[in-house]
Amino acid sequence: MYEWMVTARHYEERLQEEYLEGKQPAFDISAGPIPGELHLAAGHEAVAAGVCAHLRDDDAVTATHRPHHVAIAKGVALKRMTAEIFGRRTGLCKGKGGHMHLFDPDVNFACSGIIAEGSPPAVGAALAAKKRNTDGVAVSFVGEGAIDQGGFLESLNLAAVHDLPVVFVIEDNDWAISMPKERVTDVADGSQRAAGFDMPGVRIDYDDAVAVHEAAEEAIMRARAGNGPSLLEVQVHRRMGHFMGDPESYRPEEDVERHRRLDSVARLADDLRSAGATDDEVKEIEERARERVEEAIAWAKDQPEPDPEEAYEDVFVERGERRQEPAATAGGED
Amino acid sequence: MAQAAAERELTMSRAMVEAIATEMRGNEEVFVMGEDVADYGGIFDSTQGLLEEFGRDRVMDVPISETAFIGAAVGAAQRGMRPIAELMFVDFFGVCMDQIYNQMAKNTYMSGGAVNVPMVLMTAVGGTYNDAAQHSQTLYGTFAHLPGMKVVVPSTAYDAKGLMHAAIRDDNPVVYMFHKRLMGLGWMPAPEGPKTPVPEEDYEIPFGEADVKREGDDATVVTLGLHVHRALEAAEALADEGVEAEVIDLRTLVPLDTETVVESVRKTGRLVVVDEDYRSFGVTGEIVARVAEEALSDLEAVRRLAIPDVPIPYARPLEREVNPGVEDIAEAVRATGA
Repeated sequence: MYEWMVTARHYEERLQEEYLEGKQPAFDISAGPIPGELHLAAGHEAVAAGVCAHLRDDDAVTATHRPHHVAIAKGVALKRMTAEIFGRRTGLCKGKGGHMHLFDPDVNFACSGIIAEGSPPAVGAALAAKKRNTDGVAVSFVGEGAIDQGGFLESLNLAAVHDLPVVFVIEDNDWAISMPKERVTDVADGSQRAAGFDMPGVRIDYDDAVAVHEAAEEAIMRARAGNGPSLLEVQVHRRMGHFMGDPESYRPEEDVERHRRLDSVARLADDLRSAGATDDEVKEIEERARERVEEAIAWAKDQPEPDPEEAYEDVFVERGERRQEPAATAGGED
Repeated sequence: MAQAAAERELTMSRAMVEAIATEMRGNEEVFVMGEDVADYGGIFDSTQGLLEEFGRDRVMDVPISETAFIGAAVGAAQRGMRPIAELMFVDFFGVCMDQIYNQMAKNTYMSGGAVNVPMVLMTAVGGTYNDAAQHSQTLYGTFAHLPGMKVVVPSTAYDAKGLMHAAIRDDNPVVYMFHKRLMGLGWMPAPEGPKTPVPEEDYEIPFGEADVKREGDDATVVTLGLHVHRALEAAEALADEGVEAEVIDLRTLVPLDTETVVESVRKTGRLVVVDEDYRSFGVTGEIVARVAEEALSDLEAVRRLAIPDVPIPYARPLEREVNPGVEDIAEAVRATGA
């Protein structure tokens, strides 16, 4: 878990650097090596690691527009994911999806740029697992801002009424862009919504990866055993703006400080040391993570951009023959 | 001083906000509702500064629940208020379309005129900044296709203000689609053009009046939104070659000013329609069909430029390929034989 978390943290920090290149001094969202929006997940690592520790490659995960930490913990091919973020043809989606729309069928990972819209497909993946009599499960990650959305609530109901093996995980970072949680809901504990659908709901008030691991184990084993869905809410922290370039003028300084102080990665490192790990052992994990990230970024930047004509592949379009050859992936496997 | 005031230039977002603020001052029933419209001032600056003047009761941040808040705007409008609801990206309409096209757009008709829905639905459209298929669509055609709502697409600050005044005062539901790249955002540089002089006083630009943004005798380029500026740039390049293109900015899709377009084609004989929406079943087809109905014998050549029926891709070379650029427009005009 620690390795996933430090990989994700370092990855986000490095992406931030790469993203800002060429966008300064006057921030221009479409300039630089990584264009478009970039939503970083630094501060969300514990929930991804604690939940994904129980998942197999054949279990499905749908993540949000802030997907990198979950993707890393789920085992998404890091080099090809990075190439996708840099808009390269050897990326996971051949440069068509970008960072909010990563698909890796090898480990059954997908994400969506629209709030709460990953929940129904997770229910569908769970339905497929049930219909095929496997013990596969699905996990839908959403932010606390998404739980007021119809798609999320309808998914809870559908999963409950069909006893589907799906776990809904709310990453509560307190902020829906500029909206603090207390102004979008009168119910601070989002997991209480589970009661309305007669499923178990658990909230963990701090982003302790070990506590998440324990709670997630119960929910995922319950689903795997055929006992239906559950809801898990975890307090996490958004250490950066909603998207890169978000000035966060709406956010009180104390809140920013609090979120910086409460660091799940440092907490787990302390836990590891308390459990007997030496500094060298912890450092070794960090080094390994760092190398993997550097390697992925270097590889991705070295990849070719797609040819303009590839815009017409992967969709049926009235433009004569569709070209079939897939983008080369040689060297991109992790 | 008076002259300086008359020549002050505003970005498109400032012009929109000025119109909204003026209407809010003049009418207690006007209010704004949407995601990140209060403290943030709108992700695309469409409500910048309104919270400070009007407070949270009239500039309401809402939960991420588009079905609920757009439907609530419909309900408030039916009670005679004048809500302005913002759907952050037009791409998100899928989660709340029933409230838009079955409630907002149809309630007046279905009630036999017993209720009006005098609301404005503002939404950001367009790509050109590599944000991929769920955040870059334009979808002019989708909204213009469905009956019951007016559809407005400003391309300059001057138009944006006048169209916003008209939209808020209109007793029908109005969908006000603004292109992100035209707003004058610090983080998304605008082309030359959308920042224009804007009068301090309020004024309306009536719906259904296209604007001839550039006159020319050799070809008619019909477009809207961001592509007005691309077409103007293409026209300048063509002028160097001795080809004078007339550039028509539709400004509103519903109602649509067919007359101005037809008149121009009667003069030039050549029609190029440029749209950032998907090609099939959209604005380009509609314009060509109307011109064909009205002026078939004057029509010597037709070209259409639009997104070629693929979702908007992320990577730079791919997005550039599908989104009509300045050179694509110039080439299309040349291809008409102009």
